[in-house]
Amino acid sequence: MRDKLIDKLMSIVGKKDLLSTPEDLAVYSYDGTFVEAKPDVVVLPETTEQVSQIVRLAAEEHTPVVPRGMGSGLAAASVPYPKGGIVVSLTRMNHILEIDLENATIKAEAGVITADLQNEVEKLGLFYPPDPSSIRHSTIGGNVACNAGGPRCLKYGVTGDYVLGLTVVLADGRILKTGGKSIKDVTGYDLNGLFTGSEGTLGIVTEVLLRLITRPRYAKTALADFNSLEDASRTVTSILTAGIVPASLELMDQTAIKCIEEALQLGLNTEIEASLIIETDGADEQTVIREIEACVGICQAWGACSVKIAGSEAERNALWKARRSMSPSLARKAPNKLGEDITVPRSAIPAVVRRLRMISLKYNLPVVIFGHAGDGNLHPNILFDKRQPDQWAKAEQMVGEIFDASLSLGGSLSGEHGVGILKRPYLERALGPISIEVQRNIKRALDPLNILNPGKMFLE
Amino acid sequence: MDALFNVEKPLESDYLNCIRCGLCLAVCPTYREHLNEIAGPRGRVALVRKSLEGELALSPNLMAQMNACFACLACNEICPVGIRPAELTLSMRYVQEQVNGSSWKQALFGGLIPNPGKLEAATLPLRLYERTGLRKFAYRLRLTKLMRSQVRDLEAMLPHLPLRPLRHSLPVITEARSQSRVRVGFFLGCAQNLLFAEGSEATVRVLARNGCTVITPREVQCCGMPARGYGRLDLVRVQAKHNVSIFEQAKVEIIVTDCATCGSTLKDYKTLLQNDDGWARRAEAFSSRVRDVSEFLAEIPTEKPKGKIERRVTYHDPCHLRRGQKVWQQPRALLSNIDGIDFIELPEADWCCGSAGSQLITHYETSKKVMQRKADNLANTKADIIASGCPGCQMQLNSAVKRHRLDVRVVHPITLLEEAYKAENAR
Repeated sequence: MRDKLIDKLMSIVGKKDLLSTPEDLAVYSYDGTFVEAKPDVVVLPETTEQVSQIVRLAAEEHTPVVPRGMGSGLAAASVPYPKGGIVVSLTRMNHILEIDLENATIKAEAGVITADLQNEVEKLGLFYPPDPSSIRHSTIGGNVACNAGGPRCLKYGVTGDYVLGLTVVLADGRILKTGGKSIKDVTGYDLNGLFTGSEGTLGIVTEVLLRLITRPRYAKTALADFNSLEDASRTVTSILTAGIVPASLELMDQTAIKCIEEALQLGLNTEIEASLIIETDGADEQTVIREIEACVGICQAWGACSVKIAGSEAERNALWKARRSMSPSLARKAPNKLGEDITVPRSAIPAVVRRLRMISLKYNLPVVIFGHAGDGNLHPNILFDKRQPDQWAKAEQMVGEIFDASLSLGGSLSGEHGVGILKRPYLERALGPISIEVQRNIKRALDPLNILNPGKMFLE
Repeated sequence: MDALFNVEKPLESDYLNCIRCGLCLAVCPTYREHLNEIAGPRGRVALVRKSLEGELALSPNLMAQMNACFACLACNEICPVGIRPAELTLSMRYVQEQVNGSSWKQALFGGLIPNPGKLEAATLPLRLYERTGLRKFAYRLRLTKLMRSQVRDLEAMLPHLPLRPLRHSLPVITEARSQSRVRVGFFLGCAQNLLFAEGSEATVRVLARNGCTVITPREVQCCGMPARGYGRLDLVRVQAKHNVSIFEQAKVEIIVTDCATCGSTLKDYKTLLQNDDGWARRAEAFSSRVRDVSEFLAEIPTEKPKGKIERRVTYHDPCHLRRGQKVWQQPRALLSNIDGIDFIELPEADWCCGSAGSQLITHYETSKKVMQRKADNLANTKADIIASGCPGCQMQLNSAVKRHRLDVRVVHPITLLEEAYKAENAR
């Protein structure tokens, strides 16, 4: 059965792009989480036509197909189906097909690494703003499938705000092309919006057409240290209500700062309770400077013990490197971490920070708080040791309470990571039965055999 | 796993905390060429864990993945958790040799390489190729075009070969040319002795010019890196002890090398021998004295060259210098200190060139692709000269320059420094 499937797949992609040894299957059994499941076979197609043939074959055989990029997701959305099936890795579809300067668009295959795409357009004076922390180890297709965010989304919006068109392989193998280079388009339903963030459950995105903007020529970044986490979170709200829209406004608590400092030795102050990283950018240098200085003033008014504006590009890069290494560096503190991704309305940031600290005290396990405070998206990370059964049970209970805290303040489960496997149990609590039913109906309409990334998003 | 009970192997703490974030994929040269998880650090760490936990066998395919790592150390450096994937692949090669050792490795790394005399004899044909004029003849008649492309690339790597190994012509003691301030031991690596003799002669002269009395012990053995790459950590330790003893006898304050790879290995002796009671302190003392030549020249007062080199010069960071020893500012400063040089930074200067010891032979196709990336970046700089303080990198860069028909000269930074000293008289 498996051998026959492999033979047929081999005839589609050829020997070089098919993997089936025990070692191959082992390394394609995970993503950026602790969840594991082994596939039957892995294929690395190089064209949309090949993906189409693979899915058509899967439909004939009623075999699950799980698409993936570089496997850096944090919701286990690209972990293989537990009973086997095909993994489709899109990493070898990595060509930039067109950069249209006049319309400011880029067309690229799904496997292009997002940082590479950004560098290419920036060489031409253009800008693709979404900047997930995984920017150097995630693909644009994966970013679209998970509607990735990042620090700059505060000012510029998320991945979905830049999607103009998609090439999608549907569950029966047909190739759908959505959208186009027009900025406005209300002809029919918004299919770009439907497939963006669908985590490979509705179709496999093989090509993307993205909107670009002019590259902001100037940026200023400040680091503000606070003796109180409460003051830092209040500062966030104050800045945003003062009429300034920073490109990014990031919060890190003391444990977060300590982990970063241990990993990168940047000379951060580890005595303080919280830091904010604030960046302003734009086309006019004076405005950018005026805005960062206004932010500095607000920080000082809220009692910041030190505020420094990065003096050079190297200093600025060091700050962002620190921020991007934040999440993984937590593994230095405890064997396991459960990273959540709640978002709340920005007015509720001080309140949600208080709730998170209470949850940590109640269960006596550390909850590290950092994230994109400016858009209300926080990454509370529970640190624990899975080998101690009581800690694992506690961590799971804490996740439930963190979600309750977010929902009760008008927030949601996930701002960036998505649902995947890890957040399925909480989905109905967040969305309610009617929304779940509507969404299940969409899934059934597009994938009646349930072969596209089955078991993700909804409990089976 | 019982088969591995008595085997020296990675500790659980060396791999268990990998959180699989994937940061390492971004910087891994082999992953970026193959775009396959198994060719990247995260995949290799997963294989290490699964094989040591007994879920996977130490199969030939699994070992092939361990051997495919170029050990450029980029993953070690970027890992926010502190996992060192490149180190793990080297450790697994040693595990394999302990479980099922191969006799040719014993002969090569236990017999031939640690014995300078035998090694020199074995490489005699190379020197004859140059000495008899056969090499010039081959070039003139374009006989190199008849070679298979891999052989042609290998031929292109060779520098102007010395007529005899440098070990025999370099005096054991080279007196300082000015008042002697430091007694320096010079570790003459195998590649310098046999291939890059002119470069190391320059190194010794530059040291002497800057107030160093240079001792070059003839009895040194290979630093041990080749044996390490092939999984014979036990033999590296034997060579390490030999070299530590030799330099103890030489009574030097500092030990200088002009080979990035030797330098990083010598500095690592303290870790390799840390659990050996009789040797730990001696190895510690030895490693703390080791300096790359550019690192050492930055620590002592040096004479600024009065001559000029009017060339556009770029610099490639050897992995074993940039990441292995954290030495990257010193060679740049050394070059910028030479008048006339128009220094241009190479894009991705610290990306592996693909030489990676013998990977350029054993993993030729991957190595060639990694080299292509370096050659493209080099061409973009429009430099006349590329400097790099590592014979392995120099060979690979030579090959890249010839393959891509670039008009670029490949040199050791010290060679340029000496040329600037000499140019003083030409003014």
